[in-house]
Amino acid sequence: MFTAWDKVLLARDSKRPRTLDYIENIFDEFIELHGDRLFGDDKSIVGGIARIENYVVTVIGQQKGKTTKENMERNFGMTNPEGYRKALRLMKQAEKFGRPIITFIDTPGAYPGIGAEERGQGEAIAKNLLEMSTLKVPIICIVIGEGSSGGALALGVGDKIIMLENSVYSILSPEGFASILYKDATKNREAAENMKITAKDLKELEIIDEIIKEPTGGSQNDIAGITSNVKKSIIKNLNKLTKINKDILLEERYEKFRKIGKIER
Amino acid sequence: MIIDKIKKMNPEDIQFSSKNEVAGDMLVGKWVKCDACKEILYKEEVHKNLSVCPNCGKHFRISSRRRIKQIIDEGTFEEIGKGLKTTNPLNFEGYEKKLESLQEKTKIEEAVTTGIGEIEGEKVVLAVMDGNFMMGSMGSVVGEKITLAIETSIKLRLPLIIFCVSGGARMQEGIISLMQMAKTSAALAKHNKEGLLYISVLTDPTTGGVTASFAMLGDIILAEPNALIGFAGPRVIEQTIKQQLPDGFQRSEFLLEHGFIDRIVERKNMKTELANILKLHRRCD
Ligand SMILES: [Zn+2]
Repeated sequence: MFTAWDKVLLARDSKRPRTLDYIENIFDEFIELHGDRLFGDDKSIVGGIARIENYVVTVIGQQKGKTTKENMERNFGMTNPEGYRKALRLMKQAEKFGRPIITFIDTPGAYPGIGAEERGQGEAIAKNLLEMSTLKVPIICIVIGEGSSGGALALGVGDKIIMLENSVYSILSPEGFASILYKDATKNREAAENMKITAKDLKELEIIDEIIKEPTGGSQNDIAGITSNVKKSIIKNLNKLTKINKDILLEERYEKFRKIGKIER
Repeated sequence: MIIDKIKKMNPEDIQFSSKNEVAGDMLVGKWVKCDACKEILYKEEVHKNLSVCPNCGKHFRISSRRRIKQIIDEGTFEEIGKGLKTTNPLNFEGYEKKLESLQEKTKIEEAVTTGIGEIEGEKVVLAVMDGNFMMGSMGSVVGEKITLAIETSIKLRLPLIIFCVSGGARMQEGIISLMQMAKTSAALAKHNKEGLLYISVLTDPTTGGVTASFAMLGDIILAEPNALIGFAGPRVIEQTIKQQLPDGFQRSEFLLEHGFIDRIVERKNMKTELANILKLHRRCD
């Protein structure tokens, strides 16, 4: 049995499959599309059009590197405003052509930099949250590694929120939580345990809908196995979601987030 | 990280407002030092000046109670969304106790007060955050009250104004706090589709999850002068890039220059300015 902290380490493991591994192994065709049409092309986010069985979908995911060189290129999966705006452009495009959207979440958080603030990091994330809540196509969000803070949520508003068994989803890193609330950054294990960041905890809290089982020891041990599990889940959910009337789909999506933290008087 | 920073940023500021507001205007001393120009000021004069330094124009942080008094026509404010309590989703030790003692001290229930009132006779739904209550952080109650305010504004077809001040998400509520960003933004998407007006007013400081949700989603975004506004806190950015930040970084004037807010409005003009905007959006149908 893995502890919550073990899962944090697994989620961050450099050998863990990343968005491009899933894209390569799950979809029959993939055409990558670049740029936000405003500023640049953020390589921490990969997006494009893909085919899966009888569906054509838009796929968007955060990409971490497996080597230092790759990580430098991908900014360690930390997205800048232009990355969120690229994602939104591709999601709007998906809506126009009636394509369901699949997002892969894997980020230590939105990038905290001077340029990111100059270009409106807060506005970019906020806009994605607002727009994703009303896009008229099914949205499936899958946390594949670490989903940290608003930087993860900006790809995380959808009809089905899914986590891999050993992935984590949190408001900030356990180290950050420990240093702020316990005033002791070394209490990261305790923080991880108490923060409710594992797939199991978040399913119980009704934040997520589904947990995808990982191969023994974690996804890094069997990429074919995990990508096959994820593929099955995507197809199953597409079969369900594409049959739902659009108005009902949107109403249910609204309710899904509306009920979180709802308080009865 | 962000919350920690605010605690350290302007100790005199917080002291200034907490001494005056929290103790219900029982002035502890008659004098206060402005942390911007270092001038020693007579407190009563500062308050008469809407808690703005008469010497240098520094806008001190103010309580939600004082803010409502400054903005809303006397006797027209009716509070909504009262009596909500957090479920303490992480069972965070001491959290409920802390909230209770803050409620006692600040005489408000949570970091946001919501209601319906009039501004120069224009009826609006208003939400006013309060930095004296856990740095104005957003947990389930703040998210729920903001969402209820948005939904009330839709139901009554009234304009919505939110005064923001926040250190970000309420860490003690973990992922539930994070999800309030999605909840409030989705409610604003509905509000937007109804063709209703939403004015967001950013005050010092507006950071983190509030910036990355309802603060930045106004049809019109106003800010008080020199307010700190950003997603990541300055200290986090400094630690990440290992560089000193430029002067004026993440201040209202910086955001105006980069195109992320519409106008900077001094506190003495805020009510009139809001009233003017409201009147320009009066519906003819
Ligand atoms: Zn002064």
